[in-house]
Amino acid sequence: MDGERKPRLAVWKFASCDGCQLSLLDCEDELLALADRIEIAYFLEATRAAVDGPYDLSLVEGSITTEADAERIREVRRLSKRVVTIGVCATAGGIQALRNFADVEEFVSVVYATPDYISTLATSTPISAHIPVDFELQGCPIDKRQLLEVISAFLADRRPAIAPHSVCIECKRRGNVCVMVAHGTPCLGPVTHAGCGALCPTYDRGCYGCFGPMETPNTASLSEWMGGLGLETPDLVRKYRQMYNAAEPFRSESEALERG
Amino acid sequence: MAEARTRTIKADYLARVEGEGAMYVRLRGDEVLDVKLRIYEPPRFFEAFLRGRSFMEATDITARICGICPVAYQTSAAQALEDACGATVDGQLRALRRLIYCGEWIESHGLHVYMLHAPDFLGYESAMEMARDHPEIVERGLRLKKAGNALIALVGGREVHPINVRPGGFYRVPTKAELGRLVDTLERAREDALETVRWAAGLEFPKLDLEHEVVALRSETDEYPIDDGRIVSDHGMDIAASEFDDTFVEEQVPHSNALHCRIRERGSYLAGPLARFTLNFDRLSPLARDAAVDAGLDGACRNPFQSIVVRSVEILYAFDEALRVIAEYEPPDRAAVELEPGPAIGFGVSEAPRGLLYHRYEIDGEGTIKDAKIVPPTSQNQAAIEQDLYAFVAQHAGLPDGELSLRCEQAIRNYDPCISCATHFLQLDVERE
Repeated sequence: MDGERKPRLAVWKFASCDGCQLSLLDCEDELLALADRIEIAYFLEATRAAVDGPYDLSLVEGSITTEADAERIREVRRLSKRVVTIGVCATAGGIQALRNFADVEEFVSVVYATPDYISTLATSTPISAHIPVDFELQGCPIDKRQLLEVISAFLADRRPAIAPHSVCIECKRRGNVCVMVAHGTPCLGPVTHAGCGALCPTYDRGCYGCFGPMETPNTASLSEWMGGLGLETPDLVRKYRQMYNAAEPFRSESEALERG
Repeated sequence: MAEARTRTIKADYLARVEGEGAMYVRLRGDEVLDVKLRIYEPPRFFEAFLRGRSFMEATDITARICGICPVAYQTSAAQALEDACGATVDGQLRALRRLIYCGEWIESHGLHVYMLHAPDFLGYESAMEMARDHPEIVERGLRLKKAGNALIALVGGREVHPINVRPGGFYRVPTKAELGRLVDTLERAREDALETVRWAAGLEFPKLDLEHEVVALRSETDEYPIDDGRIVSDHGMDIAASEFDDTFVEEQVPHSNALHCRIRERGSYLAGPLARFTLNFDRLSPLARDAAVDAGLDGACRNPFQSIVVRSVEILYAFDEALRVIAEYEPPDRAAVELEPGPAIGFGVSEAPRGLLYHRYEIDGEGTIKDAKIVPPTSQNQAAIEQDLYAFVAQHAGLPDGELSLRCEQAIRNYDPCISCATHFLQLDVERE
């Protein structure tokens, strides 16, 4: 027997669209090399094989929206040396956290004729609300290069090198003209976490915040600026209530705007 | 005579499908008592939180229903909202919409053919395990998928949840040179796609011929349906998107978080690649049609296990079509058609990789969404999947439990079910009394 066991990777899904775990299968150039270096011990979307834990690294996609899932995530923590949450659903509750601002029973009745069959919690919450998490990788969806960096870092026992600055810095690096200053297009870039490579401004649209709040964002100031471009309060509220609606800085700004 | 033994065959967590589902089959002797495709993926309530949003946000929001086929959601949503605004997107803007959709067919079908479905045929647990013995097969699949993703990323900004699609068209359209740079990659990948059809045709298929009514779009021009068309079937249905609700009904069943969709008064039907192919064989490009004929499929395919061949033919078509669009591309003057919302209801349909995807929106004079309805392909196919399982188990009840369970899972994977989409939507229990 060779003494060096390959590190064991597990990928878990909770309430989500599957897009973030798909990012791993989208690493077409790296996937087979990765599968040589690590043991993909549990990854239901990709394999029937299910190796029992413990696992060295668990990647978790999705938010907690049922009692059963709240219990399952505690089991994932017990089985995992490191837990890394990937994407907005796991790190901030996802777009489905919009229910947190509404009456969930009404939501159920809009979609289902017999709501009694449906089992769901009143809220959609991030994984960190239930268990300690070792690292949170942001994005809706996550960026696959950042995912490879995170996996490599944890397997090498170092912190991932993921920049916490805003999308504005990425725009400057790409040499983009500022869509807000030059074209008057409302843009969440100044308060949004980098990682996408400033995609939206590169495609002539304003950032819609799909990597979530940056470190210490000045949302109040940005709301002033966007108000100056003609956005009314309900428009501003909706700007912060997209994929990262439940992330604290965006949630509190949208609520402050509503209070007036 | 001794009382027949009852047994249960089940898979609590179906693997190599998108989302969370389970299978449950109960038998007494060789008699099938019950078959359920149970979907426990927790609901996310998209139709509820679309209410009160701006119509311009629907393409970003509905993309999040599915990480594998976001372009399908964006396209059906955009078209429904353009319909509500009385606008038409045509010419090169429509061609670009078709182009990014080709990328999604290639990426999604490529993922399913090679990573989710092929391991069933070759006897592996995963594509990664299959790659140890058959690296050339898996590498070909990865090259295909990568080419599809490159197309989506160029037109849409990124592979998953593209940022460049909006009601009315796009935020920015590519230059001729940007598209031109993809031609070599797509031409090489088209060779891989042709090889994929030949390889898939040589696989062994369990026998199963079913008489589902097949439903798909059929274009009013001479194109294979991707982004639009009338909804037609092999039982004479021929309706516009606006007649969907009069023709189909969604029903809730206790064992599923996904609604089952049926044809009123007729019941279940089949959407997806087999339906599209059967109803539109004449519309394939010559290369794709010839490859299908060489693969033994000359117009209709009724065995769901052969869907892997049909998907391969559709991948080949998508490369052909993408290269055609690029060759004929001239950048349009504007990236999007201006939309002026008024109080109205709009309807949109397109062919997601897994089948017909219907959206309906009611908006007010400000463009605020008052009501939304989305019917994804997997909820349309749930009843057909259960019928396939029933028929398959009835014919193969003598198999040992482990083998039967594996074949039942394969029968479900024939559909490439996307449970994340359908929950609004899978797990397999086979129980023998």
